[in-house]
Amino acid sequence: MPADFISSLFVFILAAFLGLDLIKRVSPLLHTPLMSLTNALDAIVVVAAIIIAGRHETKLSTLLGLVAVAASFSNMVGGFLITDRMLHMFKTAKAKKP
Amino acid sequence: MSPATLQQLIDFSYIIAVIGFILALKWLSSPVSAMRGVLIGEIASALAVAATLFDPQVTHYKWIIIALIIGAGVGVPLGMVKMTAVPQRTALSHAFGAMSAALIGIAEYYVGTAHLTKFEMAEIGLEVIIGSLTFTGSIIAAGKLQEILPQRPITYRGQNIVSLSVLGTALALMVILVLHPGYTHLFPAMVVVALIFGIMLVTPIGGADMPTVISLLNSYAGFSAALLGFVLNSKVLVVAGALDGASGFILSVIMCKAMNRSFTNVLFGAFGQVQASSGKAAEERTVRSASAEEAAAILAAANKVVIAPGYGMAVAQAQHKVRELYDALTKRGVDVKFAIHPVAGRMPGHMNVLLAEADIPYDKLLEMDEINGEFPQTDVALIIGANDVTNPAARTDASSPIFGMPILDVDKARTVMVIKRSMAAGFAGIDNPLYYMDKTLMLFGDAKNFVGNIVRELTGSGHT
Repeated sequence: MPADFISSLFVFILAAFLGLDLIKRVSPLLHTPLMSLTNALDAIVVVAAIIIAGRHETKLSTLLGLVAVAASFSNMVGGFLITDRMLHMFKTAKAKKP
Repeated sequence: MSPATLQQLIDFSYIIAVIGFILALKWLSSPVSAMRGVLIGEIASALAVAATLFDPQVTHYKWIIIALIIGAGVGVPLGMVKMTAVPQRTALSHAFGAMSAALIGIAEYYVGTAHLTKFEMAEIGLEVIIGSLTFTGSIIAAGKLQEILPQRPITYRGQNIVSLSVLGTALALMVILVLHPGYTHLFPAMVVVALIFGIMLVTPIGGADMPTVISLLNSYAGFSAALLGFVLNSKVLVVAGALDGASGFILSVIMCKAMNRSFTNVLFGAFGQVQASSGKAAEERTVRSASAEEAAAILAAANKVVIAPGYGMAVAQAQHKVRELYDALTKRGVDVKFAIHPVAGRMPGHMNVLLAEADIPYDKLLEMDEINGEFPQTDVALIIGANDVTNPAARTDASSPIFGMPILDVDKARTVMVIKRSMAAGFAGIDNPLYYMDKTLMLFGDAKNFVGNIVRELTGSGHT
């Protein structure tokens, strides 16, 4: 097995266990914002898309890369935006009183 | 700056971004710190994108900038949808994320065809299959949630065997590609078969199972991004994908537990259809009904009221009237809380967002385990648009299809009031014995109008 694969696997295992632990602590109250936030973070795929599109190797790879740039960047922008809007709505009884 | 230094700076910014991602999730643990979490997530993502634009491999900027602008142009309206539409928006973003991962995998394949090792081919193949099936599966889920496609499960005889053999075909094509890298014409076939499998995976699943399906697709989308990280040897993708995949996985497990079902049962069970025949044997039993006036009088006399909302409340757009009811009762000194079942709504946590949008304070929203102990001391349990999650048969009747499912113990309250359009059975076609109990009052009518009438009785008869 290639060395790159092994090091990626290390990172993956650590991140997955960290993720399981972090997510378990998220209040069920916020499960919808959790999903939209992880979606926005997952949109970091855009960096790979930018490189594929920017390398400009073949017409096909550039085109696919550009579509991926647009799709994943829309997730990043939209995901953060809606998470922010949702979290602004969560107020306590005290904070609600003028 | 030498190219090596530049590359190190870019890598370093990815490490900073990963720290930001982890903190973002960590701070989401409480509503108080959650806003900070989003901010750090935004900064981390912006840093990673900005650093990537300086990558020496990127030589052509014009189209990338245009694609980013298009992405932002699509993303902003998708970030501004109504809270009732959040589930379909989420399904759509799973589709976009999975599509991006699949497209990049496909591009990698065609760029590198000549010199891919067997191992790399297997990675790309798996990544592209998962990305593709998640893409079409999420599109179908979004279509069902948007009600463009029928919400009911679509099933036929031998469905599971057909679906599984389609998945098997995709995997077999991948294996052939690994063994014979020269058969490049098989690659598009593999992609198409995976896309078809995604459609077949979600079509048989009904509307009420959507919380589980959305969570599962979330998990797949995350893992496809992580796999892409393996393909490209990009650790930032591995971490982000693993975090997203873990999140979707945990939510799926929570949703399955809340419905007392297994993954396989959700994916291959086609719930609603199978059980529609059972539970019809019930003889004509009497129910007690009440008017808005009577309901208002009982609520006004109560010390403690627990409202159990379901998706029906959102369908009727009743959440703002419910807030008025909350305000009117709170003003009279009544203690009002909300009981939230994990699968209330169309995605995990959906009901909380709908109620928060209606300005109900989140410290009044209690999850099932927190509120169930309070029902015996509750004067009135008011059920709005929920059915199966309040069905006591889940506790007592071993023959009931929902037996074993954890429910809100509304039947332990002194008085139970149920706002419901008619006596028609709920989604799963299961009769609810709650409605025939002596302490239960049925309030027949549209949720929004009925709650509005109660509010009018409460405020009109008092001051003003």
